Formats: sequence, C-alpha cells, structure tokens
Amino acid sequence: MKAKYRFILAVFVLGLLMTGPFVVTTLLVWVDMKEAERESLMQLLMSRLPIGVMMTVFGFAIGVFVLNKLFKQYVEGLLRMAETLRLMLGANRDFRVTPDGPPEVQQLARAANDLAQQRDVLMDDVEAQIATANASVEEEKNRLAALMSELAQAVVVCNLDGRILLYNNRARLQFKALAQGPTSVSGGALIGLGRSIFSILEKNQVEHAQSVIVQRLAAHKTAIANFITTLRGGQLLRVQMVPVLTPGDSREGMSGYVLTVENITRSIELEARRDQVLHSLTEGSRAALGNIRAAVTNLIDYPDMESELRERFLKIVGDEISGMSQRLDKTMVEFSDSIKTRWPLEDILGIDVVAAAQRRIEDKLKLPTKTEGLDDALWVKADSFSLVFALVFLASKLQDHYEPRELRFRLSSEGKLAYLDLIWAGPAMSSETFYTWEMESMQAGGETSPLSLRDVIDRHGGEIWYQREKAAHRAFFRFVLPVAVPDEFQEEERNQSSGRPEYYDFDLFNFSDHSIDLDRKLSDLTYTVFDTETTGLEPSNGDEIIQIGAARIVNNRLLRQEIFNQLVDPERRLKPESIPIHGITEDMVRGQPNIDVVLPAFHEFCEDTVLIAHNAAFDMRFLQLKEERTGIRFKQPVLDTLLLSAVVHPNQESHKLEVILERLGVNIESRHNALEDALATGEVFLKMVPLLEEMGIVTVRQALEAAEKTYFARVKY
Amino acid sequence: MTHRILIVDDEPNIVISLEFLMKKEGFEVAVAGDGDEALAKVASFNPDLLLLDVMMPQKSGFEVCEALRADPARAALKIVMLTAKGRDTEVAKGLALGADAYITKPFSTKDLVLKVKEMLAA
Repeated sequence: MKAKYRFILAVFVLGLLMTGPFVVTTLLVWVDMKEAERESLMQLLMSRLPIGVMMTVFGFAIGVFVLNKLFKQYVEGLLRMAETLRLMLGANRDFRVTPDGPPEVQQLARAANDLAQQRDVLMDDVEAQIATANASVEEEKNRLAALMSELAQAVVVCNLDGRILLYNNRARLQFKALAQGPTSVSGGALIGLGRSIFSILEKNQVEHAQSVIVQRLAAHKTAIANFITTLRGGQLLRVQMVPVLTPGDSREGMSGYVLTVENITRSIELEARRDQVLHSLTEGSRAALGNIRAAVTNLIDYPDMESELRERFLKIVGDEISGMSQRLDKTMVEFSDSIKTRWPLEDILGIDVVAAAQRRIEDKLKLPTKTEGLDDALWVKADSFSLVFALVFLASKLQDHYEPRELRFRLSSEGKLAYLDLIWAGPAMSSETFYTWEMESMQAGGETSPLSLRDVIDRHGGEIWYQREKAAHRAFFRFVLPVAVPDEFQEEERNQSSGRPEYYDFDLFNFSDHSIDLDRKLSDLTYTVFDTETTGLEPSNGDEIIQIGAARIVNNRLLRQEIFNQLVDPERRLKPESIPIHGITEDMVRGQPNIDVVLPAFHEFCEDTVLIAHNAAFDMRFLQLKEERTGIRFKQPVLDTLLLSAVVHPNQESHKLEVILERLGVNIESRHNALEDALATGEVFLKMVPLLEEMGIVTVRQALEAAEKTYFARVKY
Repeated sequence: MTHRILIVDDEPNIVISLEFLMKKEGFEVAVAGDGDEALAKVASFNPDLLLLDVMMPQKSGFEVCEALRADPARAALKIVMLTAKGRDTEVAKGLALGADAYITKPFSTKDLVLKVKEMLAA
C-alpha cells in the first residue's frame, strides 16, 4: 500500500478513535435510559454540543497534525534515506546520508553512513590490491621487454597466426640490415607489432616447425624446432622456435612461439672458405704428389734410363714441386684467416680496448697515459680481457725498469693488420730483456695471470715487437692484431639512443584477425597515421610530395618506434616561399629516391591498415595522382581527423591540427615535419576514439559515415 | 701375347711416367688426352686395360667408364680409375659405375704394376 493511502487510513482511524468511544457509550447509556432521562440528557447535550464538537474538532486537528509530522519524519524520511542509500550503493560511492529528523532516524542514518564508510575502506583496499597486482604484472612485462631488448640474439615472439607480439632491438636491426632497396623500410623485411612474420620468413617453414613442436609436445620431448631459411638477398638465417604455452595447460596449449634468429651467412661463408682451403690442400696436392712420386720411382727403379728421359722426369719433379709451393703460398695468403683455429675472439672497437687499458693503468699503476693518432673507426678481433691485461703488464714492467713519466697509445692499420702501439720515452732496452718479459707469466697491479705475453699474442694470432723511434727519443711496443669487419648494424647500434623501446604488446596474443573490417571497433584496428610535406598546395597543378612521415597505431597504442620517414626528390624546384613552412631545402631532397621508389615502400608499410591523416583529402589527392604512374593504389579506408573533430565538436570554429591539439590537451614538441605531424595526428585520433564512442560512433563504418556528413567533407582538392 | 694398355689422362706429367713404366713392364701402350679421344682409342687400339683419370676436361673419367660399360662387347675390358679425388663417396661411385679398381693419387708405382698384372692375369 502506498504511503499516501496509509496516511489517509491513519487519519480515518484517528477520527474513529476520537469519536467512537463517546458515540458508543452515549448509545449504550441512551438505550438503558427512561424517556424522562433521555429528555433531560438531550437538553443537557444539545446545550453543550457546540463546545463538545469544537473540542473534538480541535483535538482531531491536533491529532492529524501530529500524525502528519510523524508520517513526514518516519515514513517519508526513511523513504528519502532509502533513495540516498541506493545512490551510495550505485552511482555515487562517496555520497553520504545527512542525519536529519528524529533521533532514531538520525541514528539509523549514522549507522548507514558508518556501514558505507566500512565498505569504502574495503573496496579501496581491494582496488589498491588489484592496482598493485596490475602494476607488478606490468612491471614484469616491462622487465621482460627490457631484458629482451638488451639480448644480443634477435628475438621475435609471435602468436599462432604469425603476428609479431614482441621483438627486440637486435631483431629490428638484423631485419633492417636484410632489407633491400633504397629507402629505409623497403625490401620485404618489415618488422612491427601486429605485422606478419611471414613477410620475412617462409610461411611453410614456420608452420612446419610449429607442427614439429606440437608433435614433440605430444611425445613429451623438449619442444624445440630449428630451421635454416634463405632470404631473397641470399642471406641465410638460422631460426630456433620454442612454444609459448598457455598457462596452466602444459600440453598442447600453445598460444604462440618465440623465434631466435641468427644470421649465419658469414659463418657459413667462413665455413665454405675453410672447406675450400682444405680441399685445395688435400685433393689439390694429390695429383701433383702422384706425378712426383711416379717420376721419382721411375728415376730410382730405372737408373740406366736414357739421359733425355731422365731430364724429363727431373723436370716433372721440379715443375710439380714449384707448382705446389706456389699453391701453398697462395692458400696461406688468401685463407690465413680461415685456417687458424684461435681462441674465440670478439669484434671490438680498437679505441674501446685502449680506453680500458688507459683506465686500468692510471688506476692500478698511477701512471698517466695519453693517446695520439687513434684510428677511432678501427675494429679488431680480440680477447679484450687478456689483451688489456697484457698492456697493463707491459706498462708495469716499463714503470719498474724505466720509470717513464707517461705512456701513450697509438692505433693504426695496414691492410688486414691492426697496430696497437704502447709508446714511452726512455733509454733503449735490450732484446733479451723483452724476450724474458714475453715469456714470464704476467703480473700487474697485484693481479696475476697464468698466461704469458706470448700466450696472449698467440691467442690473437698476432705478433709483438719492440721498436725505437730514434728521432723522437722514444720507443714503442707494437701489438699486431687481426682487423675485424664488424657487422653493419653493430655500428649503428652504438649510435642508438637508449630510450626504452615499445617493442612488445602481449595483448596481441588474443588478437588474431587484423583484416580491415569496417564493422570492427575503432579501438581494435591497426592504423597508419601519416602526413606529407609538399612543394605547394595544388596537387593538380604540378605540386609534388617531398616527404612522407608515418607511424603505426596497434592495439590502441601509437608506436613511435615503427615509423616511416622518407624525404622524396620531387624532380622539380622547391618554391622558396614554402621552404620556411616545411624546413626542407633543395640540398635535402636532392639525391633522395623519387616518388616511384618511395610510394611502393610506403604502400607496403601501410598494408592491412586503415589510413589516418589530418585533412586526408589533401594527402590522398597527391597519392591518387601517382596511381597511374606507379600502379600503386591505396585502397584501404581513410579516416580524417579534421572531419572527426567536426563530428566530435560541431560547434567549434577551427579544426586546424594545432587548435585540436590544444583543445584535446596534447603536447607536441615540434611540428611541421611530416613525421611529427603524423605522430600528432595519431595522438589526436587516440584522444578522439573515446569521445566518438560517447556519441555512439564505435565502428569504422560509423566513423566514416559521420565524417561524411560534416560540412568540411564537401571541400574538394 | 702382350697386353695392351690405354692411358687416359690430361696431365702429361703423369702420362710420361705411366707410359714409361708400362712399357718397361712389357705392355703395349697408347695414350689419350681426354675422354672423347679415349673412346676413339678404345675402338681403334682395342686395349685390354684402361688406366683412366677421373678429372678431365669435357668428358670425365666417370662418363668414359659409363659409356664403355654400356657396350656389352667391351665387357672384358678392365678399367682402373686413377684419381686425385680421394673421398669415399667418389670411390664408391667409380666402382658402382663399373671400374674394376680405384686407385687414388699419389700411388706407389709398384702397387700399380702389381695390380695391373694381377687383373690381366685373371
């Protein structure tokens, strides 16, 4: 029953209570009375009736008033409290009941508030625990990613569809080194989160390895598979695959795999050379030896042969022997690197060895050192520990015997040989002294080594000698070491700044389908945000692209490491007035690849992604005008942040990129460079996705339709 | 009756020695410098035994051996392969293709003479 009806009922009951007993008593007395008594009672009552009625009405009114008051405070007050309690339960956790009304109700309110307080503390605690757990998971992921990125092996993690979830810096460099073609990203060795590994490795081979692993898992064997694959450029890669197993399910539950990739082209080449040497020394000698042996046997067995024949046999012996000697010499010269089995040496920059030796000499011996004529691009093959020890050992010997004021280092090379010189000023030393130094076990700065200087030199397949520079009154020890040819990307690695890269996205494990489906959520798709710089604003009037900058958005994250940034030779002169805008000069574009080369590479970079650009119609027009010439068509859907901004904020006047950036609170350091603008556009897009969602624009199709309806969509280029 | 021996090798330095040696041993000797010449000489000279080098320009010793073994009329012809290729696999190939003996360089001339005599006696 509703509160209102209950109130009416209560009033009615009150009325009954107030009048009922009097009326009933009067009635009973009336029935019991004689006629005369009734007469006098009537008279008595009638004369006092008004006052009685008045008193009754007055009492009733007070009763109703009290009832109303009680009703308001207890019934309606509690109803109100119930509403606020509901609010506290759901929408607004921080809301509290205001204690109001009679003390009992206030007590109830306070008790409810206390309960809510207790609940909040509990919930906060749970939330804090969840946050901590999430943070530690995140931290573990980061640690793993950091670990991976420092590994010297190239590591790539893929899900079962071959999509890349993680790769490390080494993998990036290794595949980059494999890329062919003039631009930084072309050549079918594209590595990127969410990209397919099959653009790099042969799909059949990867799948075969996968099935090998599944079989091995089923047979309870170590789940590992190896294969060697040849790339387009003739490079050989050794790939090892181990499975990523679904947690809790130790068998068959494979959710992806880890690939360690090693480029073995060089070691295979070395192997082949060694084989060649062996071959030329064995089989190559057999024939010659056979000829000599037969001739010599004849000479011995038939001493009385005619002199002419004897001469011929002797000539055979002479010719063959000199031929063999020549072959041997040639082999030694050509293949000396391949023949020697040495201590495993690493490729190291010569200056790094010198710097390490300087530090130790100054530290342990308190002997000042300097350098002169350092070839800082010289790589050597060295066991740096023993080499540095040898240098410190010599320094300490010199200090003991000749007390030089300082030592100098020099680094130079000649052909395949690197010279590392340790120079000092002082009297001549005897070769016997040096000979004993060479042979004794090394000791320096309180440390000893079981090796002698000679051992160290032999380990390097090198040499050492003592030499005087008479004119300068000084002498030096010259270490001869083999020159190393470092891998191309090792050099590059040194110059890399060490920002923590975003090379991983484990959420992609559950994210297989990357095809462009217009009905998928905006936040689920992979995008390429791009921007172009051009010679001018009229594509149909001969203006050309001079720079393309692009980055990828995968799993709702802008990947600043996976970028495309290429200057383009427009094959026409730049307009002087445009130079201050894009900051690109004639010198910068000259010698760059032209659009015919860059466009296919960019097209490959964008594969399977939705394009995003600010004022996309402008950029797309430039790309479309090249369709005929290059045969490259960009068929994927294109989202325009300018139009999307007009969708989200229809009442704003400006939708320029810088205005939107400010409006959405995106801070960008520098702008007006294709890559920077592309990145800014990407940030803007990511900010817009939730705003669009609020408006019920969730899918790409909805976004495209909404954009089309805006006023700005009618501008044509 | 003196046995006829055909020496097939493109290296004159070994041919001289072999020719000298075989003549001293009392054989009738002819020489061929490559595979094609060898096949022609087999037809004209009709040897009992072939000293056949494997590594020759144009036609290798293996091919010559195969061609001769394909001719049933030459079934009695003994073939001794002489080669600088000393790998097991090549020895196996030579014997499989029908050579009667396979001798790797450098060889002892004494052993070679013994082998040749033994094969011709059989």
